[in-house]
Amino acid sequence: MDWYMVLKAFITGGVICIIGQILIDKTKLTPARILVILGGLGWYKYLIDFAGCGATVPLTGFGSLLAKGTISEVKSTGLIGAFTGGIKAAAGGIAAAIFFGYIASLVSKPKIKKQ
Amino acid sequence: MKPIQSKEEYQTYVDQKTPNSPILKNCFNAFWVGGLICAIGQIIFEICKTRGIDETNSYTIVSMILVFCSAFLTGLNIFNKIGKFAGAGSLIPITGFANSIVSPAMEYKSEGYVMGVGAKMFTVAGPVLVYGISSSIIIGIIYIIFNTQSLILV
Repeated sequence: MDWYMVLKAFITGGVICIIGQILIDKTKLTPARILVILGGLGWYKYLIDFAGCGATVPLTGFGSLLAKGTISEVKSTGLIGAFTGGIKAAAGGIAAAIFFGYIASLVSKPKIKKQ
Repeated sequence: MKPIQSKEEYQTYVDQKTPNSPILKNCFNAFWVGGLICAIGQIIFEICKTRGIDETNSYTIVSMILVFCSAFLTGLNIFNKIGKFAGAGSLIPITGFANSIVSPAMEYKSEGYVMGVGAKMFTVAGPVLVYGISSSIIIGIIYIIFNTQSLILV
């Protein structure tokens, strides 16, 4: 087990979350919009090489995963790859979110939110 | 109390009355919760690597496990409490993506399984998918035209 990588993941992931928190507190953007902004900024291979999951687990990693999948698919299949590559790379996460989300909503009872 | 006249006056009035959100404390909580989630992800990743699973699949397994945990905790109404405490710390990691799918699905369960759960599932996560996927297609087309990787640092 490479504990140095775990530490780097902890710090990098934490810093990305601080940036997100500052965006929420200071700019009055709704969380949904912040997710979009951070998802669009995902072009950072070097950070992934450095921090591993510290860079891929935050939502910025989702954008990066889409972009990376598209490029590699374009390399092998051409134009059609621009349309198939991105979702193919992110399929695991999206499918898991939909499936587990559906199951969770089936078995759970909604609670009335206490404000 | 005098009636409030202009928009600016109203804004200053609101600023006076709303409590200052303690940004330093929020940032600190976001940092260690977010960092902890990423560190857990890295530990799962390292375990996958020692089992001989390749890098791309390992990242997928990490996100699937984290998504599962997040959906599970959202279903038990625990995730909301973590979210209140940690703010962006639990929102920005992929756990927030899962939470944004599960919580509207739970909330609109009363409207039925097709138009409630099925349709409302993507009220928050939809935009992420739309813009993420659209921009990835555009990146692919740019890559075909210019055929250069230096343009996009992926």
